[in-house]
Amino acid sequence: MSDLDELYQEVIFDHSKKPRNCRKLEHPTCDAGGHNPLCGDHVHIYLDLDGETIKDVSFEGKGCAISTASASMMTGLLKGKTRDEAQKLIDGFIALVTDEKATAGDELGKLKVFSGVRKFPVRVKCASLAWRTAEAALKREAKEISTE
Amino acid sequence: MNRPSSSPVKKDAPAIERQPIDGRKLAQDFPILKQKVRDKRLVYLDSAATSQKPFTVIDAMNEYYHTSNANVHRGLHMLAERATEIYECARTRASWFINAARPTEIVWTKNATEALNLVAHGWGRRHLKAGDEVVVSRLEHHSNLVPWHLLAKDKGVVVRGVELNADGTLRLEELEEFLKGGKVKLVALAHVSNVLGTINPIAEISKLVHAHGAILVVDGCQAAPHLPVNVRELGADFYAFSAHKMLGPTGLGVLYGRFDLLQQMDAFLGGGEMIEEVKLASSTYKDPPLRFEAGTPPIAETAGMTAALEYLGRLGMANVRAHEKELVTYALEKLKEVQGLKVFGPADPELRAGVVTFEFEHIHAHDVAQVLDSEGIAVRAGHHCTQPLHEWLGSPSTARASFYVYTHQEEIDLLAKGLLKVKKYFA
Repeated sequence: MSDLDELYQEVIFDHSKKPRNCRKLEHPTCDAGGHNPLCGDHVHIYLDLDGETIKDVSFEGKGCAISTASASMMTGLLKGKTRDEAQKLIDGFIALVTDEKATAGDELGKLKVFSGVRKFPVRVKCASLAWRTAEAALKREAKEISTE
Repeated sequence: MNRPSSSPVKKDAPAIERQPIDGRKLAQDFPILKQKVRDKRLVYLDSAATSQKPFTVIDAMNEYYHTSNANVHRGLHMLAERATEIYECARTRASWFINAARPTEIVWTKNATEALNLVAHGWGRRHLKAGDEVVVSRLEHHSNLVPWHLLAKDKGVVVRGVELNADGTLRLEELEEFLKGGKVKLVALAHVSNVLGTINPIAEISKLVHAHGAILVVDGCQAAPHLPVNVRELGADFYAFSAHKMLGPTGLGVLYGRFDLLQQMDAFLGGGEMIEEVKLASSTYKDPPLRFEAGTPPIAETAGMTAALEYLGRLGMANVRAHEKELVTYALEKLKEVQGLKVFGPADPELRAGVVTFEFEHIHAHDVAQVLDSEGIAVRAGHHCTQPLHEWLGSPSTARASFYVYTHQEEIDLLAKGLLKVKKYFA
């Protein structure tokens, strides 16, 4: 498989063309905006938490195939997870796209296809934008809780 | 010793008029262009970001370190004299290149961004006060916006932006309206847009600006490498450009300033080289341009710049412009073959430089550039440091192909072919 085909795998095409959970949540418990200054792309992540569990998660934004597919697949994975589980998945995904030695656990499922971006350092930011933003949204909630 | 010397540098014989440029032949002078990337011959279409360098420029810098390296304007030894001569000869050459009245109107900076910041800091902070207006435009590069924003924050100066006509040309009537308000003290505009390629009518604009008692600062980054530039005919009070976009090295920029204006400017950086006399608690400063060149400047880079200016001088800037106009005319036609591709900027090649920015409606610019890269074609994708312009274009990022003396038609054919592959890949 060429580097290019390794980057743009079928599942990435599928999610970039038909992104899932691409909508605004009307009453999110927390949300955050993310921005890639390199290309000007924006993404917004909405989380609806029931206690510690992510009941619903969605995203809005316009980006490249990599960033759109990454956001779409991330929302599918995070739904139903606890806050801690979500943070572990976020850490796992960031390691997958940045660390040559990372061995992705099965918990990332199909998202393992994103390891292809390692060969294209500039695209790492595209792949990780939604995840970093979700992390910020989760932390924002935690902060609110801790101040109460 | 401390003043720029009247250099012994000889003027080039005038370039033969209307001598067509053969990009394919010139490409032989650029070692980097001979390589393959991703197993394909490199097609470098990102010259608006930085140009490639010919052997003569690389050799001149190498030669400098082999034979002449020393610090400038300080040392009485032979090497110091040689280094100073190289440094000052380059200044003289740069003054000829844009037809400045004298070499002392050329200030060496780190890059064009620093040159624009120098005007904002040295002239702006001294002469502008709260309520004064600075006019910019929608198509400016961030480097010709942010220095004015900083000034606005610091001094209460008001920044106003001229909008664009549908074809990407400046709305001159709006500029005139701003000027008629009587508060505008400075107008800062690009000579050529780095995204749309629009060539702004600077000579016409300077008359308007001067009639209202304001000064005109021109960002010439995308013009000086590509068109004949005569700052006195243009009526530019300040004109900024960078060496690396015109076959020269990185790390060296140029600020041209009318000498009387440079004299009215405060220093930007303080330190060695720029002083007349230093006491423990105060100091006095040299005349321009050295007042603005604190510390050890880029010296090898000026040797490279001389070689770059000689190279362009041999070609003749009118010929460079004719070559790029031909390429852009060809590209605008050729890209029509790629259905669904939207090309931005003026349709008339007479009004645009060798820059073609485009997008597919449903394919992000990053993905376009990625697939082109797999074909060995280097284009730029993103907002090109022009977010206000991209807001106007209605797209956060676009892809841009830009040409130079070593670009040839076949490379534009390869671009069109590459874009068809992009379309197929994301279909």
